[in-house]
Amino acid sequence: VFKRFVEIGRVAFISFGPHAGKLVAIVDVIDQNRALVDGPCSGVRRQAMPFKCMQLTDFVLKFPHSARQKCVRLAWEKENINEKWAATRWAKKIEAREKKAKMTDFDRYKVMKAKKMRNRIIKHEMKKLQKMSSKKGKKPEKPEKPEKSEKAQKSEKVRKAQKAPK
Amino acid sequence: MAGETAAGEKKPGEKAAGKKKTGEKKPAEQKASQKAAGEKKKRVKKHHASRNPVLARGIGRYSRSAMYARKALYKRKYTAPETKIEKKKKEKPRATIIKPVGGDKNGGSRVVKLRKMPRYYPTEDVPRKLLSHGKKPFCQHKRRLRASITPGTVLILLTGRHRGKRVVFLKQLATGLLLVTGPLVINRVPLRRAHQKFVIATSTKVDISGVKIPKHLTDAYFKKKRLRKPKHQEGEIFDTEKEKYEITEQRKSDQKAVDSQVLAQIKKVPQLRGYLRSTFCLSNGVYPHKLVF
Repeated sequence: VFKRFVEIGRVAFISFGPHAGKLVAIVDVIDQNRALVDGPCSGVRRQAMPFKCMQLTDFVLKFPHSARQKCVRLAWEKENINEKWAATRWAKKIEAREKKAKMTDFDRYKVMKAKKMRNRIIKHEMKKLQKMSSKKGKKPEKPEKPEKSEKAQKSEKVRKAQKAPK
Repeated sequence: MAGETAAGEKKPGEKAAGKKKTGEKKPAEQKASQKAAGEKKKRVKKHHASRNPVLARGIGRYSRSAMYARKALYKRKYTAPETKIEKKKKEKPRATIIKPVGGDKNGGSRVVKLRKMPRYYPTEDVPRKLLSHGKKPFCQHKRRLRASITPGTVLILLTGRHRGKRVVFLKQLATGLLLVTGPLVINRVPLRRAHQKFVIATSTKVDISGVKIPKHLTDAYFKKKRLRKPKHQEGEIFDTEKEKYEITEQRKSDQKAVDSQVLAQIKKVPQLRGYLRSTFCLSNGVYPHKLVF
């Protein structure tokens, strides 16, 4: 049922508070509600932090309990947590959300145009396949293939549109 | 009194006291004489000490009239020299003017007063208005411009017949209104004035640094013209007033001149033309306070 556990070395994501959005490693457990936490590579000083504001990630580091910051840093850099984190879907979703919030009016227009173009292409393919299927009788053609290629194109367009003004 | 005379000594003592030398002020004299050497020769060499000995603080020995005699002020009366401008100014302005008069057997001309006597004197004098401070007429008001609005910014018009249209900002006019253009070929917004308050400034900017805006585009150029000469009966007035606005040739040429420059810059940014063609609208889930413009 539970896959991620609070353990020494568990990397956690801070969801609210002054350090919202940063990653930390659990160094020790203080009591039922708090942990000693340290984030040398993410700019969080070693401190006590309530579990409530932490969200556990999939990453676990190897260091003994109450290890000093140097050890935590070594373990962190050895595992390359920062890069691994950036590659996760979780981090990408956060990034996409941030980008969306920062969109200017011009960006919104460009995204709208890209979406429209993409939907047209998809619809076009759909109609083609539907026509083919209706002509040849009942043949359940799956239009998944063109959709996936379109999705990749759209995300590229959206990213281009957002990167261009920046 | 003593203080007054000491101060008074300095000015009138210029010519007379130059010759007197009191033993008390020798170092001061030397300084004064050195100073005077640098200045004009007429100027005072030293100031006489107070001729009014002090009895107690604030009380002098001699009265005003006695001091007048002691300081020999009857000899020292100065007037400011008459400047050349004042000499010229003695010419009085013209009081009357001779105007030609038409008609037969009229004598051809009349002598008309330029400044006439008032035709009405109120029974009670108008009370003097209290002094006010800092109340300036509109033309002298300070004009402000939001920091987000710079030349070349794309603005969204919120009111007027062009509401929702995205438009390029050119410059701020003397009354504080913003000079704005569509450009016309893109969204049918001509060179027009817009009010700062009824406009959303986006962060999209067009590079307008090289665009030259003709200098005759001022507030007077854009002001609405109204005929105000109802010499005839009232029934005719409603016909003569301009109901239909006609676009003058000058407006067209100005529009072309400005737009050609602006369009060149717009074409450099991809998709900007389409962006200016589109209109701004809100839909479900879109909240202006959450949008970043």
